[in-house]
Amino acid sequence: MTALRHYETPLQTTAFHPRTEAANKLWSWGNWAGYATVLTYEDLAMEHSAIRNTATVYDLCPMVKYRIEGPEAAVYLNRLTLRDAAKLSVSGVHYTAWVTDQGHLLDDGTLFRLAPDQYRLCCQERHLPWLLDSAHGFDVTVTDETEEIAALSLQGPTSAEILRLAGFDVDQLKPFRMMDLPFGTGRLMISRTGFTGDLGYELWTTPDQALALWDALFQAGALHGLRPIGSAAVNIARLEAGFIITGYDFTPADICLREDRLRSPLEMGLGWLIDWDKGHFTGKAALARQRDHGPKWAFVGLEIEGNIPADGAILYHAQKREVGVITGACWSPVLKKNIALAQILAEHAAGSNIWAEIYALRELHYEKLMMRARVVERPFFAPARRRATPPGRF
Amino acid sequence: MPMPSYDVIVIGAGPNGLAAAHRLASRGAKVLVLEGANTPGGGAGLAHLSYNLDARVEAAMNLRDHGLRWMSTNLATTALSADGMHLRLEGALGDRLTGNCSDADHIAWAQLRRRLLRFAAVLSPLNQMTPPRIARKAGNHLLQLAKVGLRARMLGASEFRELGRILLTNVHDLLDDELTSPLLKGVLAFDATLGGWLGPRSPNTVLPWLVRLSGQTAGVQGVLGLPKGGMPALAAALARSVEAAGVTLRCNARVIRIMIEAERAVGVTLTSGEEVRAPRILSAIAPAVTLLDLVGPRHLDTGLTTRARQLKARGGTAKLDLTLRALPDFRGANLKDRLVIAGSEHAVETAFNPVKYGRTPDRPVMEIVLPSAHDPEAPHHLSAIVQFAPHAPADRDAARQAMLAACMAQLETQAPGIGALVQRAEILMPFDIEDRYGLPGGQWHAGELSVEQMLFLRPLPGVAQYRGPIPGLWLASAGCHPGGGVSGTPGWNAALAMEAAE
Repeated sequence: MTALRHYETPLQTTAFHPRTEAANKLWSWGNWAGYATVLTYEDLAMEHSAIRNTATVYDLCPMVKYRIEGPEAAVYLNRLTLRDAAKLSVSGVHYTAWVTDQGHLLDDGTLFRLAPDQYRLCCQERHLPWLLDSAHGFDVTVTDETEEIAALSLQGPTSAEILRLAGFDVDQLKPFRMMDLPFGTGRLMISRTGFTGDLGYELWTTPDQALALWDALFQAGALHGLRPIGSAAVNIARLEAGFIITGYDFTPADICLREDRLRSPLEMGLGWLIDWDKGHFTGKAALARQRDHGPKWAFVGLEIEGNIPADGAILYHAQKREVGVITGACWSPVLKKNIALAQILAEHAAGSNIWAEIYALRELHYEKLMMRARVVERPFFAPARRRATPPGRF
Repeated sequence: MPMPSYDVIVIGAGPNGLAAAHRLASRGAKVLVLEGANTPGGGAGLAHLSYNLDARVEAAMNLRDHGLRWMSTNLATTALSADGMHLRLEGALGDRLTGNCSDADHIAWAQLRRRLLRFAAVLSPLNQMTPPRIARKAGNHLLQLAKVGLRARMLGASEFRELGRILLTNVHDLLDDELTSPLLKGVLAFDATLGGWLGPRSPNTVLPWLVRLSGQTAGVQGVLGLPKGGMPALAAALARSVEAAGVTLRCNARVIRIMIEAERAVGVTLTSGEEVRAPRILSAIAPAVTLLDLVGPRHLDTGLTTRARQLKARGGTAKLDLTLRALPDFRGANLKDRLVIAGSEHAVETAFNPVKYGRTPDRPVMEIVLPSAHDPEAPHHLSAIVQFAPHAPADRDAARQAMLAACMAQLETQAPGIGALVQRAEILMPFDIEDRYGLPGGQWHAGELSVEQMLFLRPLPGVAQYRGPIPGLWLASAGCHPGGGVSGTPGWNAALAMEAAE
């Protein structure tokens, strides 16, 4: 008999579990990277509404985090990722992505520069083998620190006010910057980042400070509409903000089986990330070839007639020829529009005469709808408050 | 003083570097060859027989005019037996057998031999080609490839089927199907696995053997050539020809870095710190060394770097040199022959077994050449290529000593009293060969010549067409298609590919 019993409870719990479990009234759990995470605590509409009108807390612990440190950390990251990590100043954050030799996307993520020689890379998928392979020949160490960090996302118009009430002076903190403070018996790092396209922060501490952080926020936020939210509400907010998720909007190259499903940053609307002038990086030659020949695919935002979310809908040109697929869609409560993100053949990226084939389930019968789709700018929703410094007092 | 300017810098004055340099210079390029050692020749100094010198190279470089003389272009082999009942193989690939071999095997071998030579000849045009790329619109030489396929098909249905059957099988089974005589099977199994990290029972040993058998000496397929003065004399002739073609050849000039500027290879840095620039750099040293050490991971993509690190380069071959007081007596064997100690196919496999675990064999198998038997003036000297030796034993010195002792014991069984004739003994283990010749793992082919590292997979997919991963960089070592031996073929092919790219 083996003493191993872990398979009986395959999902791990996060450092905030005692609080998220108590608040999870619907007992609605999902698997995010091997952790039990809340999908909806109580009411999806209220949770999304809180992101746009008050403030929300979302448990970020399952997000994969790597610590990259050493004298050549910046050089290493410059070869690994698309942007110039050397240009990122200490206490700065940038969004970036990385690709295979063939220029196919592996993942996107946020890169935090904690110190001149120390970075944190946060992403959706696990990439340690690739990061270690990339480290060969560089004076750098790469550590998976996912379990060493407890992280919360605090998002919404009143988030800055709640932090002030909790005793954290974030008035001067600009978007994509971070600050480090003492907290409890440990430290707290606050970055002005998020996945909602709204005013918001991400809070990073050690697991031993997690519950104290949660309690401090909810105490401070009691009169400012703070509520915990699950992944379902975040998904609506990120669609409104036009953000992509690896594995949803494209299949990462390391697990992609079908050659025609691989996507490059140029094909996923991430061409702006590529720093062509910083020198060599993995995939550069392949991307330059694709740039010169023109990518086959494009990634676009769509507004679709009607109010039925078009998840997974196939796109047609002139209702006839298949030209793409919708990778994420929702009815946007803020915009009162039916929005979607889609992969579409590049020649149709300008988007005339595009139709989405939607199957609407109406009392156990599907109704097939062919709805007009209009290509629009992303983000769909970008309130000025997300960038205002000092942040507004809502 | 203004630096002389060159069109091409060739790294490494081995047979491939010299062949490429000659071809490029003869087309008008100003070529500089940089060699780290104090003499040219590279890996040619390791070999003691020629089996695949590229006829294109021999003719174009006019090696005869530059001093190449053959002592023998058809060296016979004697498979030694401890009871003096030797087996002698004469002519191309044992055309005539005399001695210890059954009557049935005479007939069976004649058939198998013809078949092997025919199969090797069908495949041999591939050696002279740039490997095809598995990609759309890759610009492959489809006509040439089709010709190879057609020639294979024209062998007839049953022979074509037989080629397909044996191509990826192992030498042991192939020999066991047809032959019974242990000595014959032993010497063939030894030849088939020479220079590899494979025993006769290892899968895929037939194809590398066919590649070996596709080689020629003086226009005859499947024979062994012994240059007058040994293989170093062949290397010297290559070097003289290159200099006569106007190439600048610098020895004691070791490249430590390929200079990359704006993501282009623009020159090289020597250990002395000296920098030499040229728009094209052709590296004729092992691909793994070129990519990982001279270029370096920061100029290469991660996937390519990882695959270069995983390139298989295990050497299993040691080189034994004995200075002798007098010629030894191998129980009456003709000392002008190549002598092979490999009593049976099992003896070869048994010698391979311990190497898998980093240990030395008790009874190594070997081929022996005694140059002084051909040249009475020369001091008595025995040169042997011994298999199998571990490339990464736990204790190098202990392994070297054990290997030498095992070799001497083996020799003593075949030439009683030889130990007393030895004045000086030196054995180069694979790791010594790596230190001295820069071949990773001491691997004679600068990367194992095994099916998964052949043709468009050699040295690595994506860089198998001699064009390096960085503009301006070309690869031309034995680690490239079609592999090692003292052939000059990869170098010549690379030079042709460079011309085609212009």
